[in-house]
Amino acid sequence: MAVMNMIQALNDALRLEMRRDPRVIVMGEDVGRLGGVFRVTVGLLDEFGPDRVIDTPLAEAGIIGTAIGMALYGLRPVAEIQFADFIYPAFDQIVNELAKYRYRSGGQYSCPLVIRTPSGGGIRGGHYHSQSPEAYFVHTAGLKVVIPSNPYDAKGLLLAAIRDEDPVIFFEPKRIYRAATGEVPEGDYTVPIGKARVEVEGKDVTLISYGAMMVECREAVQKAREKWGISVELIDLRTLLPLDVDTVIQSVQKTGRVVIVHEAPRTCGFAAELIALINEKAFLYLEAPPVRVTGFDTPFPYTLEHDYLPDTGRILKAIYETVHY
Amino acid sequence: MDDAIFISPEVQEAAEVPLTVLREDGRSDPDLDPDLPKEFLLRMYRTMVLNRELDDRLFKLQRQGRIGFYLTCTGEEAAVIGSVAALNDEDWLFPSYRETGLPLWRGVPVRKFVAQQYGNAEDNVKGRQMPVHTSFREARIMSISSPVGTQIPQAVGFAWAAKIVGDPIVVLVYFGDGATSEGDFHTACNFAGVFKVPVVLFCRNNQYAISVPLKRQTAARSIAVKAVAYGFEGVRVDGNDVLAVYVATKRAVEKARSGGGPTLIEALTYRIGAHSTSDDPRRYRSEEEVQQWYAKDPIERFRRYLEWRGYWSELQQESLLEEVRDLINRTIEEVEKVPPPPVESLFDDVYARMPRHLQEQKEAYLAYLKEADRWRS
Ligand SMILES: Cc1ncc(C[n+]2csc(CCOP(=O)(O)OP(=O)(O)O)c2C)c(N)n1
Repeated sequence: MAVMNMIQALNDALRLEMRRDPRVIVMGEDVGRLGGVFRVTVGLLDEFGPDRVIDTPLAEAGIIGTAIGMALYGLRPVAEIQFADFIYPAFDQIVNELAKYRYRSGGQYSCPLVIRTPSGGGIRGGHYHSQSPEAYFVHTAGLKVVIPSNPYDAKGLLLAAIRDEDPVIFFEPKRIYRAATGEVPEGDYTVPIGKARVEVEGKDVTLISYGAMMVECREAVQKAREKWGISVELIDLRTLLPLDVDTVIQSVQKTGRVVIVHEAPRTCGFAAELIALINEKAFLYLEAPPVRVTGFDTPFPYTLEHDYLPDTGRILKAIYETVHY
Repeated sequence: MDDAIFISPEVQEAAEVPLTVLREDGRSDPDLDPDLPKEFLLRMYRTMVLNRELDDRLFKLQRQGRIGFYLTCTGEEAAVIGSVAALNDEDWLFPSYRETGLPLWRGVPVRKFVAQQYGNAEDNVKGRQMPVHTSFREARIMSISSPVGTQIPQAVGFAWAAKIVGDPIVVLVYFGDGATSEGDFHTACNFAGVFKVPVVLFCRNNQYAISVPLKRQTAARSIAVKAVAYGFEGVRVDGNDVLAVYVATKRAVEKARSGGGPTLIEALTYRIGAHSTSDDPRRYRSEEEVQQWYAKDPIERFRRYLEWRGYWSELQQESLLEEVRDLINRTIEEVEKVPPPPVESLFDDVYARMPRHLQEQKEAYLAYLKEADRWRS
């Protein structure tokens, strides 16, 4: 097996699927000759040509709107939005149009379209290159929302997303684009959408996260064990919608305690939904109130970004206090 | 200037030949030369040189890891300075991110500009935005946003408001060729035309939007011609000719001020450098192409004119460069000593008055910081 980083794994997924399925096309700003500003689409133009790897004009609403049309026709577009922060010009096309085609047409039409976009902070990108807008899309019926945390999942989930019959918003945590490396099978495989992964088994407290924050969570799991002998069960959600409720609830029933971590702002963030679900389905198992460690309800800052982002210390404090509640 | 260079709605075909004042040999077109006073010309020249030197230096600082990011406007100085120089100080500017020349022209201290690149405690945007995303209210320069084109309808609204209240200002809004693909550009033009708004829409057509060339942004023969569809004038101007840019902008500004509505100016120029410090332009354009444009350097071209006029000499050039470099060096040395903004400032300015939930988040975080070592170690 080859060792790859996330960018290579995603590139590999796109290449494989474009070879396998001639309906798959890649489109977006700078995806062609440049290979994308993060190089995820590098080499695809050479192999598949300008009809399947398309540098579009600089217009997100145009990219998503035309990709919807292509998907309606029967192609399988994978549209790149250069940064998640620039998805908003296309917001109407995504939440009002893309998400609702199947429902509003009584099932006559559907839009199997993947929107790939790098998200999250920690790269000195300031407000406009650091946002984590996943909650807006989870709140929209008809979309699936995926956020991988490692190269193996990134490739398998992207292949699953392109083959999915529904629209998928595929957030790529750019902070770990190059930092996360691991073994990735060369051939075809998928990681199912809607299935979480228990990364570390434990019995005292459940720690739930996704995307780049898994890095800090892993560190917290290890330190909690070393410092206090606390056994943490770590869950990587991988897909926020549809959510793998069973894995979450089983774990909380086992540990009775839960800490949820994301870098997106707190209010109406995904953690709030998880806590509501846990209250509904595992209330009597809880031995402490569920805790969330999140970004603040401020815009994402530039100089002070490491104060904004949850660090291992904040996660450890939450773990400790939950266990000693 | 009446020779059908300006494209009016009546003229369907785009004038592709840009308005030009400065000739190759340094002389000017006698019919078009605006005959600006010597001091004014020298101030324009100094600002262009300062802009160039500052860009070079900050680009290098990014390479050395001393600032996080930078965008240069090398090769586009004439477009920026020529246009802003045609405004009054009361007029407002809505920049994109490649118009460092604006605060320099309007007299913002270099130190203020550099502090923003460092995002430190002296930065008047409090370290909240990436480098280059400045905001200088005292110089009537609006806050810069990264999303491309968003400032265009805002500028139209600002100018429209001034018209409604009878304030005789003009608004100049800058954007790149890529931005003309965004819906915001089109909706802004439409409103500006319908409501005869006193705005000048200024496109720095530097041929690329990151890696994507102009022909991928538009099938039109020029950007200027787009104005026609919205019912107002457009003009294509040689963007490396500071006097041509000045002349075209001056005309647009006067028209706007006297109630004649908007103009779209397309300044034909070239982005000599990379798109930003994160870009590798060798992947999408040839060195020959870049070299061709190097030869059309707007600063050199302007200098030849000043020399022809007898306003400039080799000696003055040397002392200007020395003065400017000295200023930049001193400034950077000082600014590097300034600490980052205080942590508690993270929570300010989200709202006029801090709501309870933010107050709680702030208190919890500051309390955490006091004992953070205990949790982090
Ligand atoms: C809405 C939006 N989409 C994408 C980007 C990423 N991006 C930043 S600059 C840029 C190219 C802009 O080109 P142009 O408007 O021609 O201006 P130039 O950089 O050439 O001055 C792109 C695609 C962005 N900032 N905003």
